[in-house]
Amino acid sequence: MEANTRSTGRLPAAFLTPGSSSFMDFLGAHSPQLLPGNRPLPPAGAIEAPHGTTIVAASFPGGVVLAGDRRATMGNVIAQRDIEKVFPADEYSAVGIAGTAGLAVEMVKLFQLELEHFEKVEGVQLSLEGKANRLSTMIRGNLGMAMQGLAVVPLFAGWDVDRQKGRIFSYDVTGGRSEEHGFAATGSGSVFARGSLKKLFRENLTESQTTTLVVQALYDAADDDSATGGPDLARRIYPIVTVITDEGFRKLTEAQCSEIVRAIHDRRLEEPDGPRAALL
Amino acid sequence: MSTPFYVSPQQAMADRAEYARKGIARGRSVVVLQYTDGVVFVAENPSRALHKVSEIYDRIAFAAVGKYNEFENLRIGGVRYADLRGYTYDRDDVTARGLANVYAQTLGTIFSSAAEKPYEVELIVAEVGAGPEDDQIYRLPHDGSIVDEHGSVAVGGNADQISSYLDQRHRDGMTLAEALKLAVESLTRDNNGGERTLTAEQLEVAVLDRTRPQQRKFKRLLGRQLSRLLDGGTAPADSEETEADTDESDSTEG
Repeated sequence: MEANTRSTGRLPAAFLTPGSSSFMDFLGAHSPQLLPGNRPLPPAGAIEAPHGTTIVAASFPGGVVLAGDRRATMGNVIAQRDIEKVFPADEYSAVGIAGTAGLAVEMVKLFQLELEHFEKVEGVQLSLEGKANRLSTMIRGNLGMAMQGLAVVPLFAGWDVDRQKGRIFSYDVTGGRSEEHGFAATGSGSVFARGSLKKLFRENLTESQTTTLVVQALYDAADDDSATGGPDLARRIYPIVTVITDEGFRKLTEAQCSEIVRAIHDRRLEEPDGPRAALL
Repeated sequence: MSTPFYVSPQQAMADRAEYARKGIARGRSVVVLQYTDGVVFVAENPSRALHKVSEIYDRIAFAAVGKYNEFENLRIGGVRYADLRGYTYDRDDVTARGLANVYAQTLGTIFSSAAEKPYEVELIVAEVGAGPEDDQIYRLPHDGSIVDEHGSVAVGGNADQISSYLDQRHRDGMTLAEALKLAVESLTRDNNGGERTLTAEQLEVAVLDRTRPQQRKFKRLLGRQLSRLLDGGTAPADSEETEADTDESDSTEG
């Protein structure tokens, strides 16, 4: 498997075969056992593994915001209260994951590498559509696991360099991909988050308003879904909020998140259900 | 008539080495220099698409001269090797030493195998460390040997002359503009002592910059940024040294 364990120590043929710019294709040719989709499925029956929960995204005129709560649950137990579920995929895109945490983190790692590998081999980045399609293929590869209850359902957001706008893609467990306009949510709390986003989202929000919007949505999701973690002011665990603009990917610092969360929290001490939308 | 001629092993190897060297000497040179914040790669290359200098991994870059299809093949092999190693273990476990080793084995095996023609390439693999003393530069000639280089190195057509020019003038702690200026000066010197001029359009310049906040330290210097650095570096070449210093400090700010 390792290049230098071969008898002569030279690079094995698969390394020097021209043609593919995909790391997954190379992995499939050289060490297929390392590809997540090629592993034997676990025997039928539920496996208890930590699950990540709610991810939300919303676009604004100069970019897109992707955010996630910090809770991982295993049945009715909180498996981890400070898990990070939103990752940069490359300079201009990010991926947030809901579902089986272990598999999801591996999928993100491979996805990041796939994009980086293409960029290094070809000298240019994949188009945003191309990136979204690659992720689709990876989710489809996990279908066997998904049918055993170990699904991974990500949300993908990025800045489209060609069209000069932020775009959001959501997926189902079979790898079906659909572009979302404005906002999207995935995971167990997504029903509540989407309801909240629907009432609060407007086309012309600024970047800072959009970050507040997604935290509001996560707050509402945590309010009604036990598997979604709300901001933990005592432990200083705040949602992960990332912003992607034409300047690239940026993760909000803890201080910035804290400021947003505290502002929302203070308002909710007076109005526990959050801001009210107009009736008509 | 069907009996093959006897060729002594020494002669066979010398012929193969001669063949490879001639191929390499046809191309333009690439120089690699250390500066305070990293390692700079400068190649004479009018093409914007066919690169002689490329990123391999976070802190590792690659430069090559010779036959394009052969070194491109090795480059992709190196990217695959590094990405696989980083995926299997950790990103920190990918090192220039490991990569140089694999390249040396590959080139060496091909060079001494009678079934294959020797590769007409010479490679440089460089890794930028936490400080200048941790930087590593390896030169890999066509026959599979590895040379551990310090400060500056040149490969390609006019390598010997350029190397000695660089050795005399390169010093530790140069700024990027100073190192770039020296690199371009060395490349403009002709075989027969004449001088040519090289513009930003004819140069391919990239750096491994240890001060870059991103995990991936490789960066190409393109267009205006390169012209600005070159102007700052080359304009005062014929004037006195103090003036050169001030101009360079200006250009590094920009």
